[in-house]
Amino acid sequence: MIKISNLTKKYNNDVVALNGVTLSVDKGDIYGIIGLSGAGKSTLVRCINLLEQPTSGTIEIDGVDLTKLSKKDLRVKRKEISMIFQNFNLLQQKNVLQNVLFPLQISNNDKQYSLEKAKDLLKMVDLSDKLDSYPSQLSGGQKQRVAIARALACDPKVLLCDEPTSALDPQTTASILQLLKTINQKLNITIIMITHQMSVVEKICNKVAILSEGKVAESGQVNEVFSNPKSLAAKKLVFPEGFDDILSISSSKKMIRIVFDGQKVTEKPIIALMSQQTGVLASISYASTKSIGGKLYGSMILTVDDSSQLTKVLDYLNSNGLIAREVNLND
Amino acid sequence: MIEDLQLFLSEFPFALWETFYSTLLATLFAVIIGLPLGVLLVVSREDGIMPLNKSLMKLIDLLINILRSVPFLILMVVVIPFTRLLIGTAVGTFASIVPLVIASFPFIARLTETSLLEVDNDIIEMAQSMGANPFQIIVKVLLAEAMPSLINNLTTAITTILSYQAMSGTIGGGGLGKIAINYGYYRYRYLVMILSVIVLVILVQLIQSCGSYIASKCDKRLK
Repeated sequence: MIKISNLTKKYNNDVVALNGVTLSVDKGDIYGIIGLSGAGKSTLVRCINLLEQPTSGTIEIDGVDLTKLSKKDLRVKRKEISMIFQNFNLLQQKNVLQNVLFPLQISNNDKQYSLEKAKDLLKMVDLSDKLDSYPSQLSGGQKQRVAIARALACDPKVLLCDEPTSALDPQTTASILQLLKTINQKLNITIIMITHQMSVVEKICNKVAILSEGKVAESGQVNEVFSNPKSLAAKKLVFPEGFDDILSISSSKKMIRIVFDGQKVTEKPIIALMSQQTGVLASISYASTKSIGGKLYGSMILTVDDSSQLTKVLDYLNSNGLIAREVNLND
Repeated sequence: MIEDLQLFLSEFPFALWETFYSTLLATLFAVIIGLPLGVLLVVSREDGIMPLNKSLMKLIDLLINILRSVPFLILMVVVIPFTRLLIGTAVGTFASIVPLVIASFPFIARLTETSLLEVDNDIIEMAQSMGANPFQIIVKVLLAEAMPSLINNLTTAITTILSYQAMSGTIGGGGLGKIAINYGYYRYRYLVMILSVIVLVILVQLIQSCGSYIASKCDKRLK
């Protein structure tokens, strides 16, 4: 559905932000684009709807090359590609309802239709009681919900998300991600999600591209990329700290990466219970977790001896609501 | 003393009216010319939503600066032939509106420019990402989002035009400035001058308070 070929973006005097990016996104995907800051993520997403004019390369959406459109045709096409932002970018002088009406007015929709549509969307994002509030009266999460409702007003095919949860706390992030997932499934809108947070990709994306120094270092199904990271950039993301220590673990052992994404701290001692119930004595090779508001966030790497143990542990953890998968460092 | 007071009271109502209508009309015309010019200054920048030729923009910029740097007293004299050409005479309150407009529209253009530049560029990008055309961005985003700041700057402009208007009393314009100069300066009737100035001070206070009130009332960011 979206085909990005050989996209490069050079800024005045030699700063290369994108250096030959090729990506292909299918209809219905939630496609994560992840990378450290400076990797070119934001430039890439802004090139997709041509807010930023690429230096070379093409962006095809449903077979139409956006880079070849006239300004006027581009404006029409942009209505199919909505965007939400890290800073929400709501109109500060307009209330919630007027903000959602904004794209509908731009497209000269019928007034009555627009009003109903805007109210429906605000109901969907759970803000029916805030129609008359102004952005300054809303919390970050509420602002992003308004932005999402606004982005959906013109029935887009694609939703570009530029770090939509980076300014939000973990709980709010979780609820916004849930909302985006619902939108993806219910309305069949393809989502491209720019982020620097691994947890975001793991929570909702089905595919991922890892961007490093303006290039796609690795891309594919989230499962495959994260359990078997091949490029250095991918490994650095999967094992954020202690990368070298993990490398020194004997290659005959098996490793499991567990992601904590808002599990209740007090629920149960999950690793201890796992040892007890599966009889596998796993060692914790790496852990970086923190509890925020009674919920656990972060990741952990367990090492076990062989693949039979591995299967047991994975089965146990996954059936207990954790995201756990095998990781390999085969290089 | 009593005579001065009587003199002031008899002259005052008409002078106030002259000050009022010429300031108002001058502001109106200055906004009609200055506001679009200010918008042009913002949208036609190199990184604006409708970039125009760079040297053309430099020229417009230069012209505005030239008009703004000529002292109003001199400008009034310089534009006399133009005023005559435009409305047939260069004398009188109505005629004084011409130099007032010429002096204040560049000022208003600059103030508009400053106000519009305060609008967050990300919000403009948001509108572009939704397929808004430049006209829609100007009206629905730039002007709407900058409204409180525009009102504040308009208030500043009105008070400045009011003080220019008073100055126009020296070369044939009517109003409070005229009676202050004619009676106070030329005829040593200081009380008339002082009273006229007091009225001007009150007018400025009123305009400023109203402007600030409206601006803060319509600003939705503060609540």
